[in-house]
Amino acid sequence: MIDWFQNLGRTSLAIFERLGCSGLFLLRVLAALPALATRPRLLIIQLYSVGVLSMMLIVISGLNVGMVLGLQGYNTLVDFGAEDSLGQVVALSLVRELGPVVAALLFAGRAGSALTAEIGLMKATEQLAGMEMMAVDPMKRVIAPRFIAAVLSMPLLATMFSAVGVLGGYFVGVGLLGVDSGAFWSQMQSKVDFYDDIVNGLVKSVVFGFVAAWIAVFEGYDAVPTTEGVSRATTRTVVHTAFAVLGLDFILTALMFGSD
Amino acid sequence: MSQHDDSALMVKIRDLRFAHGARTIFDGMDFDIPRGKITAIMGPSGTGKTTLLRLIGGQLAPLAGSVLVEGENIHGVSRDNLYRLRKRMSLLFQTGALFTDLTVFENVAFPLREHTRLPESMLRDLVLMKLQVVGLRGARDLMPAELSGGMARRVALARAIALDPAMIMYDEPFTGQDPITVGVIMQLIRMLTDTLGITSIIVSHDVHELSMISDYMYMIAGGKVVGYGTPQELGHSESGWIRQFLGGLPDGPVPFHYPAVDYAQDLLAGVTP
Ligand SMILES: Nc1ncnc2c1ncn2[C@@H]1O[C@H](COP(=O)(O)OP(=O)(O)OP(=O)(O)O)[C@@H](O)[C@H]1O
Ligand SMILES: [Mg+2]
Repeated sequence: MIDWFQNLGRTSLAIFERLGCSGLFLLRVLAALPALATRPRLLIIQLYSVGVLSMMLIVISGLNVGMVLGLQGYNTLVDFGAEDSLGQVVALSLVRELGPVVAALLFAGRAGSALTAEIGLMKATEQLAGMEMMAVDPMKRVIAPRFIAAVLSMPLLATMFSAVGVLGGYFVGVGLLGVDSGAFWSQMQSKVDFYDDIVNGLVKSVVFGFVAAWIAVFEGYDAVPTTEGVSRATTRTVVHTAFAVLGLDFILTALMFGSD
Repeated sequence: MSQHDDSALMVKIRDLRFAHGARTIFDGMDFDIPRGKITAIMGPSGTGKTTLLRLIGGQLAPLAGSVLVEGENIHGVSRDNLYRLRKRMSLLFQTGALFTDLTVFENVAFPLREHTRLPESMLRDLVLMKLQVVGLRGARDLMPAELSGGMARRVALARAIALDPAMIMYDEPFTGQDPITVGVIMQLIRMLTDTLGITSIIVSHDVHELSMISDYMYMIAGGKVVGYGTPQELGHSESGWIRQFLGGLPDGPVPFHYPAVDYAQDLLAGVTP
């Protein structure tokens, strides 16, 4: 029993210590951001590899999720003769929940893990140490551009996910199952609110992007500089981001939509 | 060891103590690197030579003692001053530490791009000159993954001299090089020292090469300096330690083995009674 409490204590101390470390790390990253203003090229390169290269995955997944939503939504709604509301169902599910959440999970798997592995390997092969010895701050040169590229990409990718998803739903609902095209769009237009739905969804994706970027660069920078250490850090990035996104999603949803 | 006055010293280390976890690496070491000379550091594998270079570069912090570089305590200065000092020194890593996402050319250009505002044509000439010195001008477009180990280290060498630093620390520059390249690198280090007045610190195991090229030699073992002098002085040393090390003899006061329990005992420990 005492052992159990000891373990609990030790584990929670370790967790708090890690949170503290990552918090300090975040402050250092934020302090390094202004230096980027004079080096926009560094950011553009990262926007490409973090954001643009994730687009394919996001578009294909979004299309798929939208098509499934169209099919499932139609099957449920048609029982009530309400299939005209399909546009609203598809759009609300995507904009409020699936867009930000699924895009963040995919982003962690595609870009977050790659960021962690890249930074961790740079550490393991002494590239970061070499940079420091050349009087170049890795925080400014390596970490900050990757962090900010991830933060900026996430909301755009989530938006893209939702937009493509709506098209997927339209394709299945209207194209294949015969829902009226005008009803699909007009229901969507009248029931999806700009502030309540679109802005709130965007806020979610900004928060998720920030957290995903933070976890990815921290795990990479903090990785044990060995092959095994980097592979563990990569796994941790995906797992921790998933937990953080799902947990935050519940909290944000309660705050945003709880009082309706 | 106090034959140099302070202004002639590039690096001055006093009572240095350092440990990796529980393993003590330096236990009160004093150390001087004279300006504009080639100083060699030798010692058994695992005594902490690489660690020493990292302490001088300010990448590791000592438990106690001071490391003065050009009169400034490298572990006491502000971050800006640390970076200013680091622009004046460079460290050739044992592993090369090339940036794997940049070509050979861009690797050598890296410090120039970061710290100078040279026009592209001048930068190109400078990089090609540095690459020419190490014989790899033709390899400028290769990626680090396409280089052999020895080539990668020569690129790292070209990068280390790119900014014409005041001091260069070479961590095993001859390892993995063919005899011709070793000769060229030795000439290069000598030339940098004689014509540009660069201070060189060479960590290496190649006794023969080091005694030809260096002005002073240090031998460290067990966290302390066990031998110091010009190559001639050390060559005539009476110390059993130095004779064993320079002669490459397996038996003598220098332990060949990492600290361990008695060999016979260790083997017997696996035998279940
Ligand atoms: N990160 C580390 N954590 C713990 N111990 C370490 C670490 N790095 C090095 N050591 C230990 O410190 C000692 C000195 O290492 P160092 O790399 O400085 O040796 P070295 O003199 O450069 O050896 P070599 O000639 O083989 O390169 C070694 O015994 C090693 O076991
Ligand atoms: Mg070493």
